[in-house]
Amino acid sequence: MANPTQATRKLPLDGRLAGGAGVSITPAASMSRVSLRVKDKDVKAVGKALCVALPIKPKTSNMSGDQAGASRSALWIGPDEWLILDGETADISAALAKSKAVMSVVDISHRNTAILLEGKNAVDVLRAGCPQNLNDDVFPVGACSRTILGKAEVVIWRTGAVSYHVECWRSFSGYVFKFMSQAAKGL
Amino acid sequence: MSGLYRIAGKGRLTPAKTVAFSFDGKSYTGLEGDTLASALLANGIVLTARSFKYHRPRGTMTEGSEEPNSMVGVHRDTARQQPNVRATMQEIYDGFQAVSQNRWPSLSFDIGSINSLLSPLFVAGFYYKTFMWPRVAWEKIYEPKIRAAAGLGLSPTEQDPDHYANKFAYADLVVVGGGPAGLSAALAAAKQGVSVIVCDENAEFGGALLYENDVEIDGKSGYDWAKDIESQLAAMDNVTILPRTTAFGYYAHNMIGLCERITDHLAVPDADSPRERLWQIRAKKVIIAQGAIERHLVFANNDRPGIMMASAARSYLNKYGVAVGSKIGVYTACDSAYAAAFDLKEAGVDIPVIVDSRPDVDPMLLERARELDLTVQTGHSVIDTTGKLRISGIKVAKNGQMANTKYDVDALLISGGWTPSLHLYSQSRAKPVWDGEVKRFLPENPVQDQVSVGACAGTDDLSEVISDAQSAALAAAKSLGVKKPKKVSAPTEINSLYGHSGDHIGSSHGAGADDAVKAFVDYQHDVVANDIRLAVREGMRSIEHVKRFTTTGMATDQGKTSNLHGLAIAADGLGKEIPQVGLTTFRSPFTPVSFGTIVNHGAGDLFDPVRRTPMHDWAVAQGAVFEDVGQWKRGWYFPQAGEDMHASVNRECKTVRESAGVFDASTLGKIEVVGPDAAKFLDIIYTNAWSTLKVGRCRYGIMTHEDGFIFDDGVVGRLAEDRFHVTTTTGGAAGVLNHMEDYLQTEFPELDVWLTSVSEQWGVIAVQGPKARDIIAPLVEGIDLSTESMPHMSVREGTICGVPTRLFRMSFTGEMGYEINVPADYAESVLEAVWANAQKYGACAYGTEAMHVLRAEKGYIIVGQETDGSITPHDAGLSWAVSKKKTDFVGIRGLMRDDLVAEGRKQLVGLKTKDPKVVLEEGAQIVADPNQPIPMKMLGHVTSSYWSENCGHSIALAIVEGGRSKMGDALYVPMIDRTIEVEVVDTVFVDQDGGRLNG
Amino acid sequence: MLYIRCPYCEEYRPEIEFRHAGEAHIVRPTNMAEISADEMEEFLFIRENKRGIIFERWRHIHGCGRFFNCVRDAVTDQIIMTYKSGEPKPSDAEIEKAILALKEEQA
Repeated sequence: MANPTQATRKLPLDGRLAGGAGVSITPAASMSRVSLRVKDKDVKAVGKALCVALPIKPKTSNMSGDQAGASRSALWIGPDEWLILDGETADISAALAKSKAVMSVVDISHRNTAILLEGKNAVDVLRAGCPQNLNDDVFPVGACSRTILGKAEVVIWRTGAVSYHVECWRSFSGYVFKFMSQAAKGL
Repeated sequence: MSGLYRIAGKGRLTPAKTVAFSFDGKSYTGLEGDTLASALLANGIVLTARSFKYHRPRGTMTEGSEEPNSMVGVHRDTARQQPNVRATMQEIYDGFQAVSQNRWPSLSFDIGSINSLLSPLFVAGFYYKTFMWPRVAWEKIYEPKIRAAAGLGLSPTEQDPDHYANKFAYADLVVVGGGPAGLSAALAAAKQGVSVIVCDENAEFGGALLYENDVEIDGKSGYDWAKDIESQLAAMDNVTILPRTTAFGYYAHNMIGLCERITDHLAVPDADSPRERLWQIRAKKVIIAQGAIERHLVFANNDRPGIMMASAARSYLNKYGVAVGSKIGVYTACDSAYAAAFDLKEAGVDIPVIVDSRPDVDPMLLERARELDLTVQTGHSVIDTTGKLRISGIKVAKNGQMANTKYDVDALLISGGWTPSLHLYSQSRAKPVWDGEVKRFLPENPVQDQVSVGACAGTDDLSEVISDAQSAALAAAKSLGVKKPKKVSAPTEINSLYGHSGDHIGSSHGAGADDAVKAFVDYQHDVVANDIRLAVREGMRSIEHVKRFTTTGMATDQGKTSNLHGLAIAADGLGKEIPQVGLTTFRSPFTPVSFGTIVNHGAGDLFDPVRRTPMHDWAVAQGAVFEDVGQWKRGWYFPQAGEDMHASVNRECKTVRESAGVFDASTLGKIEVVGPDAAKFLDIIYTNAWSTLKVGRCRYGIMTHEDGFIFDDGVVGRLAEDRFHVTTTTGGAAGVLNHMEDYLQTEFPELDVWLTSVSEQWGVIAVQGPKARDIIAPLVEGIDLSTESMPHMSVREGTICGVPTRLFRMSFTGEMGYEINVPADYAESVLEAVWANAQKYGACAYGTEAMHVLRAEKGYIIVGQETDGSITPHDAGLSWAVSKKKTDFVGIRGLMRDDLVAEGRKQLVGLKTKDPKVVLEEGAQIVADPNQPIPMKMLGHVTSSYWSENCGHSIALAIVEGGRSKMGDALYVPMIDRTIEVEVVDTVFVDQDGGRLNG
Repeated sequence: MLYIRCPYCEEYRPEIEFRHAGEAHIVRPTNMAEISADEMEEFLFIRENKRGIIFERWRHIHGCGRFFNCVRDAVTDQIIMTYKSGEPKPSDAEIEKAILALKEEQA
């Protein structure tokens, strides 16, 4: 077995950029992602292994640092389900392997891709296709939820006052990106 | 000059701001702010349309969205051609073009008006009776002819170039309507800090205050007062003001649909701007302030152009400075029409007579009429009108008598009183309540979190309207949790001269049951009073039946002006009271909504997500022809120069068996099943057993529903004691996961196992064929690929091209093969490396068509092709995959049902045509004796059929009654032009002992 | 479009996030392989489909992913209560109480 070729990575939205008045739409850099499933009783211990507490309140998230994307984050998705995000080189599974708890750790780094929305009209781009209440009092900074955008399933995570991190499955990303670009027109 | 009928000093438009527009190709001048209706009236054009059925000349009746007649086509350019636009709602701009509809060759000379002479043929329900037989004639002759003759405008022929937007919104309070009630409610609520969305379908807020210039509030004109409130609202952050926005639908759980018209009034819309925006609002509270709609009166020939609602004429005068005629008669049963007459008279227009059907009229009105030197005939009625393309005269008779006086007029204002607009209230599923005293249906029994205020709630008095609206807003704020509401002051002094009392419902004098006249009830659908009486005579008892028999209220205006008249006439005919007959239910939309708005972003490329695999670009580079598989684009075949599909597929199939083929299998569903109880759970979900599967091995599994019928299949690999990699069909991926979650969450929640979709985590490169191992071996590290170490149906984890892989040794072709799973972002790069090696061995890229042929040669089923929801594993010849040891799995009892174990069920078999060149049609029926009489006894059908280049003959799979006992039998496939003889054979056509799988 | 309270997300969400999942409280027999034809018919085919108060299942498929149960008035579409899978079927009295509470909330 001589010298196998080293494969290179190609992101589904490579090279795309869009925006409109008061909003920029940018594909996020590649990340490490884990779908984590844990039972109630192990939530604390697993959070410790992960170095970020698993949020137990619906629609909330926790970050190990103070900057989204640059640190390990845990997003509440369901009552026993979290989306763990970290930088591309981080080994989330290895951290979780330190815990003896019964859980399910599944790498979904390549299943999902993310699009970043930034700007005062970012929320209105989402409102064009997301049926959830995204008003400040109901969806404050840090809020996250699996929901719908147009005809695709997404996870919306509000990372700042006018910043949103939107995750979707890779094959839907072209649709989601185009949807956002269209929605940004004529806001 | 913007029209001869424009009166200097009247209205609020600026005379200097003229715009050029055209109607039916003729150029006119209007003013900025005009609607098409006001601009045409200013130019003395009253004939704007032909009626739906009789092609009678018609003119504008109203000044709002209730307009039944003046519907035109608006042509912005060749692609932007909107039919059925209400001239009363369409603002004009410089270069605006509109055409009339439903006429040929022209509005003033319309051949179709011959229908009017044939009207005895076109009475209510005519199409149920006249043209029923023969049936074929209905489809071929009557229906197309009637459709061509009747009809409402023409659809555009080009694709709509505009884009449309959507917005989901949440608000504490939605206020529908921007008249005095809506404005007062919105401001009172907004001051409490709650979020408010207030909309009005018109270009300007103010409602009736836009034209009722007798109103004074706290020393300001009603108009200025309204503008003041509007500007206060506009300055508040918690308020969204939406003009030109129709609340068209009120749905369950306080969901309101709005259509915001953004560019239709602009000469040069911004290219990026959507034409319209759909708002889907979830409101905690709703205040409906829709106002009331003025009714017409039902008398003979009440539809001539120039006849219109009194309030409309007043509005044209006071908003647009337009007199709707020069000699205007008035016929009323309501006080408010006097105000129109007085305003016009004061503007210098001749008002020959005011006819009031009521014997007793408010002396104040009569006094004012005397001051203005107007003739008022109380206790009289207009019993007929004259004129052809415009009204020229009216015949006025004392009530109860036919002797009449004629008056020359060129316009007639009519008013039968005001109907509270209950459309949204009714859409919210609430039932209108009849108030016998005021003879109105009122919105008194809401079923959602909603309240109606103002004229739509039957409140006429303006101070009451405002105070009701404010209290409703405060009550809403309070129940929204506002603890200490801020004080909201009501106006201290409200003066208005004229009220809205008085009404007449049903037909008027001279249009009774014995009068053979055309007294229109529903203008848009050409329904006259006698049509409704006929419906009653023909046995219609419910108003719902009367409505459908006559089509009254079923036009695009939903009977906004006509419903109550129709109901009263029906009630009279039935000898019942109005509430006993009941009101029909209003449905959304309140006014028509364009398809573009309903679809909004979901048009063109965004109609449905198009899903591409991570290796899509590679397939494009290889010249793939793609097919749609659900939302996926899959490589169908890979033609080389000069090849058609047939040649390409034949070559691909041959090459795979001779050397190897490379295939993108990424779309397969994949579910990672993790947890100590993973095997136990799969034992429940699949018909076969999983606990016995060793780590590193794979098994083909079948899923049935509880009914015992196959619903999905796939290969499952065991990666660890507590980790399985499940594959599903491409189309079944989401359904299988849902099915598994259902059982896990609700039937077996005690199991420690979790399911995660990894369909898109992994790109899957299938390499199949005798050279498969040679092709991939140089790229793989950490896995011993020898058959001894990694036999057929096994899975290993290692690396390929330096990236992690889950390498499956499995086959859907019957050849030795691998499915290389790699993290999706690496898939194309890995494939490039695999492909480079594959080419060294003369391997090919193959698509889904070759994949189908190859698997059919092996008799492998495709769920959804060989199965149709009525096939059990036993029927499909897969009994070996049904565990006999398990005591439970989904479908275990279903499979024991009497019918499912009975003899003679349809079974999967192979078919060989007697003539090897003939390829059967999939779906073709199979019989034992082609000479039996029709209808023949069908034994089953062809499920898959292909030309097999590898076999040198056609092959087919079929579902045949008792098929497995018919091996070797001749059966027949009758086609339209011939009968094809086939032989029943085994389902496996290639390599029956399976030796090739082991390489 | 209905507005449905997900008992796991603890808030109301729009109907598009959910998928209907048929009648609730149909118990899958634990001795599935042994039940009679009549019991199988009852389990597999017979559904109440009543006019009035119904018990139904929903899945918050585009949300937290959980299946849950819902009491809804099939005539008015009013959702009276939602509760987690596995929780007991509410009694008539509990439903009455929930209806009253909803009325008060609106008033």
